Amino acid sequence: MPVKVKIPAQLRPATGGEAEIDVEAATVGDALDAVFAKHDGLRERITEDGDLRRFVNVYVSGEDIRFQDGLETSIDDGAEVTILPAVAGG
Amino acid sequence: MTVTGLRCKECGTEYPLEALFVCEQCFGPLEVGYDLSGIDAESARRRIQAGSSGIWRYSDFLPFEGRPASAIEPGLTPLVRADRLAERLGVGEVWIKNDAANPTHSFKDRVVAVALAKALELGYDTVACASTGNLANAVAAHAAAAGVDSYVFVPSNLEEQKLLATGVYGTTLVGVEGNYDDVNRLCTELAAERGWAFVNVNVRPYYAEGSKTLAYETVEQLGWRLPDRVVCPIASGSLFTKIGRGFEEWRSLGLVDGELPTFHGAQAAGCGPVAAAFAAGNDVCRPVRPDTIAKSLAIGDPADGPYALDLARTSGGSIDAASDDEIRAGIRLLAETTGIFTETAGGVTTATLAKLAERGEIGSDDRVVVYITGEGLKTLDAVREGFAMHEIEPTLESFAERVPERGAIVA
Repeated sequence: MPVKVKIPAQLRPATGGEAEIDVEAATVGDALDAVFAKHDGLRERITEDGDLRRFVNVYVSGEDIRFQDGLETSIDDGAEVTILPAVAGG
Repeated sequence: MTVTGLRCKECGTEYPLEALFVCEQCFGPLEVGYDLSGIDAESARRRIQAGSSGIWRYSDFLPFEGRPASAIEPGLTPLVRADRLAERLGVGEVWIKNDAANPTHSFKDRVVAVALAKALELGYDTVACASTGNLANAVAAHAAAAGVDSYVFVPSNLEEQKLLATGVYGTTLVGVEGNYDDVNRLCTELAAERGWAFVNVNVRPYYAEGSKTLAYETVEQLGWRLPDRVVCPIASGSLFTKIGRGFEEWRSLGLVDGELPTFHGAQAAGCGPVAAAFAAGNDVCRPVRPDTIAKSLAIGDPADGPYALDLARTSGGSIDAASDDEIRAGIRLLAETTGIFTETAGGVTTATLAKLAERGEIGSDDRVVVYITGEGLKTLDAVREGFAMHEIEPTLESFAERVPERGAIVA
């Protein structure tokens, strides 16, 4: 199903400046793989050995995927996947 | 000390001294880098002692070329020897660093003063923050004093005292439906959209440096000595780790000698992702949904969690979690033995000190410094129970009849 993946400013150099990328995916992992297929430079920036790096947060419609099924979290039609740095706050 | 730039704590990539906080290569946090060579300890000490009566006396160790100024300067809060508390807990030497004695009554004045000075230097005319309350007070006040606009984002269910003590300064106060982690996510997104200095987002590397001043003051107030142990609250883990960094810097420069202290972290049981990771032996924190009266520590997804775990472990310390009842008891214990009334975060910290004493982890010769980061008047609900007022008529008879003699009072 169609999913919009929002790219944070810090990663836009790796997407040619694109802030939102539309992909077809059923899970968060699929959505990220689809984004990496378009912009391979993103893969090593936010993942390590197939997992998300420890300072990367991913949200589906505002909800942290670590409260759901991680990269297996399913995505509803039209949902937004947001990638954000985890190093803010406090 | 020369400020050299920003540097990724994970991969070491270097960046210029701008409003940046995330490494573009690995998404790690950026930190201010300094060149410590060429610093002479004696002249550094003289410069400190000739400085202001607040944090700017430590400007040589903060991310500025010159000496900034603040209309309301935080710092040099009292370090009080707490013999009655030590005696009650059966330990040797306890000191309370009472950081409620700052302009807006919490340690957040330190980090905000540094962040605001840097934001102005970088050309910003508006500051903002995501806050659990104390930071909200500080950002609103320091922005008002400096004459810049501010936006303060908080969870809408915050304690009323903290909302009132923010709104009074004329800030734009935004109550977000959700918890602190929701507020933080929103602000991380907003920081990319708006040209504002979010003190704990895009200028966070500078902001965090302000917490080092708590270590510097501790050393100076102990007569240029290090404590053996510190007990410090953990929310994001930034304060905890930066106090460690402050001690390390001064030790490496020869401003103080001796072993680095053992670090004991304090979290609330209702929001203890770092304590849970410590207990489980993990090096990353699994986020939690906060449910605690210690709202100022209610960060379920702590940004500096991994570094706080490192510091507790490498220093031979620990991270404890205190229940709501233990937090209330901690507030009363501190108040009854030191005359210092702290907010819920200080209750967490005092409760953790009591746990360490109970477990026998504090040696009889140990000098312990306890960081009390905020003021009790901001979280009055936490002490509403637990004592009663004796209501009498204005007569000697009524007093004699209704007020028991002190020794006869049953708590």
